Amino acid sequence: MSGTGSIGRRLTLLLAGVAALLSVLSWGMVTSFALQAAERTQDNILAASATIIAETLRTEQGEVRLELPYAAFSMLGAVSEDAVYYRVMAGDAMLTGYEDLTGGRQPDLPGQVVFDTIEYRGASLRMASITRLVLAGTQPQPVTVSVAQTRNGIGTIAGDLSRTAAIMSVAFFVLAVALSAFAARTSLRPLTDFAQAVSRRGPSDLRPLRREAPAELAPLMTSLNRLMDRLGQSIRRSEDFIAEAAHRVRTPLATVRAQAEIVLHSTESEDEKHRLRKMIRAVDESSRSAGQLLDHATVAYRAENLARDQVDLADLAATVADALRPTASMKDIEIELTTESALVLGDPVLLENALRNVLDNAVKYSADETTIALRVASDGIESVITVCDQGPGLGDGPVDHLTERFRRGGNVEGIVGSGLGLTIASDVLTAHSGRLDLHSQEEGPGACVSLVLPSA
Amino acid sequence: MGLTRARQGQPEYHGGAVRYLLVEDNRELAEAVVKRLGLDGHAVDHAATLAEAEDCLAAASYDLILLDVMLPDGDGREFLARGRDRFATPVIVLTARSQVSDRVGALDQGADDYITKPFDFSELEARCRAVLRRRGGSARNEIALGNALFDPTAGTLSHGGTSVELRNREIRLLEVFARHPGQILSKSHLMDRLFSYEADVTENAIEVYVGRLRKKLDGMGVRIETVRGMGYRLGGP
Repeated sequence: MSGTGSIGRRLTLLLAGVAALLSVLSWGMVTSFALQAAERTQDNILAASATIIAETLRTEQGEVRLELPYAAFSMLGAVSEDAVYYRVMAGDAMLTGYEDLTGGRQPDLPGQVVFDTIEYRGASLRMASITRLVLAGTQPQPVTVSVAQTRNGIGTIAGDLSRTAAIMSVAFFVLAVALSAFAARTSLRPLTDFAQAVSRRGPSDLRPLRREAPAELAPLMTSLNRLMDRLGQSIRRSEDFIAEAAHRVRTPLATVRAQAEIVLHSTESEDEKHRLRKMIRAVDESSRSAGQLLDHATVAYRAENLARDQVDLADLAATVADALRPTASMKDIEIELTTESALVLGDPVLLENALRNVLDNAVKYSADETTIALRVASDGIESVITVCDQGPGLGDGPVDHLTERFRRGGNVEGIVGSGLGLTIASDVLTAHSGRLDLHSQEEGPGACVSLVLPSA
Repeated sequence: MGLTRARQGQPEYHGGAVRYLLVEDNRELAEAVVKRLGLDGHAVDHAATLAEAEDCLAAASYDLILLDVMLPDGDGREFLARGRDRFATPVIVLTARSQVSDRVGALDQGADDYITKPFDFSELEARCRAVLRRRGGSARNEIALGNALFDPTAGTLSHGGTSVELRNREIRLLEVFARHPGQILSKSHLMDRLFSYEADVTENAIEVYVGRLRKKLDGMGVRIETVRGMGYRLGGP
């Protein structure tokens, strides 16, 4: 996956990012709620404790009396080990408690409980204060009860809750990432299936795709089918064009050749006969050239979209030998076939084309009443078709150049040919990661051409 | 029934002559092929369309059909595929393309062989012989030569209980003689028939083949005579 990267990975990352954000947010919220809840609990107990103390206030002989109830403090102790401080003030006079426990909000109205957080002896305290009017003598006197407690306990509780929340958030995040990956893969499966269905196809398979596709893929499938349809049409058009071109060129050539033969039969003039023979040879030459040019065009086109069918070279050799035997027999040339099964992967049309050109060359350059040996062999790594003739051999020129376009050997005077045959064969083999080997016969005259292909 | 029936030059021997149905839409080419095959004593009916071909097949029987693949009223190969079970006549497809796959395609559809335009008539005849041989050549293809029977389809010359095999060029050479008995045939004419107008053939080559035929015809009551300065002639004992 290159360019814009993988959709699956992007989708997973996006979903995981959202999950991470939600995890952090939920952790923060749980922590803050826990702290608030703990604080509210402490406030309530402090308020309750202050209220109980305030309830025990009474007047004795015009004096405000107080008996500190034990329950008021045991309640606080039940919650945590935190230190508890208190102070009871009647007006400006201190009744009992810690003298230096000062500051903090004081209630404005009797019966009202107010809370505040203060600094005391280097620790942070939460303090609840309540004021009650007590009748001392004739005057109602305001008495304020303050109860304070350090806040270590709720810090611990909030910390515990926060840690638990963090662990749960992490677990949630991990689960969310796994689910994201799963969701991304599941929702992308139709796309993956679609891509595989397209890539599994051979280069020449241009049938429209017929499969259930999700709505999002339908436009892609439609345009792909339309593209394949257009491609198919254009291929058919160019194949039709090649067929039509061949037809248009060769039919009049056939007429010319037939007419020339008729005249050759009826004329007595040796000079005319000589000219007519030249004419027939020229017709044969242009027919051959036209054929090879069309072959060359076919090879150039098909090699770009190379099919990978399994081809047995033994069958291929037998087919091509059968096709050329009647032509060879016109010169009383035997084609001797020795084959063993040799499987390769490739385009059967191109491979046939290559072998036909090589064998056709051999028939063309061989002397009358000779034998052409056509052998197919395979060692499991390479499969080889070898065509050996008893013709004039490869000549003294450089052998490599014989496969170049329109290049002919230096010893082919008087033989019809355009020099494209070996080029076509060589191009076909190169497209199949194979090669064309040219060498002289080890014993006696003649040349061998080997078509070497990697075995399937 | 718009078909042109052409019987050019009655054959001296019926033996070896083939009755063709040529299905070809190009009139120029058809006319030339009819005339050219007629020179060898073959009878050729011409149909320009598949419909005409159907009419011909309904009206007469043929030894061989020469079928063009591109016709105005359809593809010759489809005609083949459609009609293969209706007529048993062997078919040689005329194609403008030389690709083997084309040939295989045509053969799969039921053609017996194919030949690429433009074609050498000697090769066409050789292919016809091969097709007829595969189909089991009929007795009327045998030509009586002296005491012997020459079967160009099988490529044999039989005399008494013995039979001699002939090679491709020997068959073609003897066929030319057999079709024109008593007629003087020039070396250059024979060369054209045998070597397909090749450039560098000498007259010696013809002498070699005539020599071989003479050896094989020895004692069969027929021989090839040399007519000094003019050529050869097939004559009696």
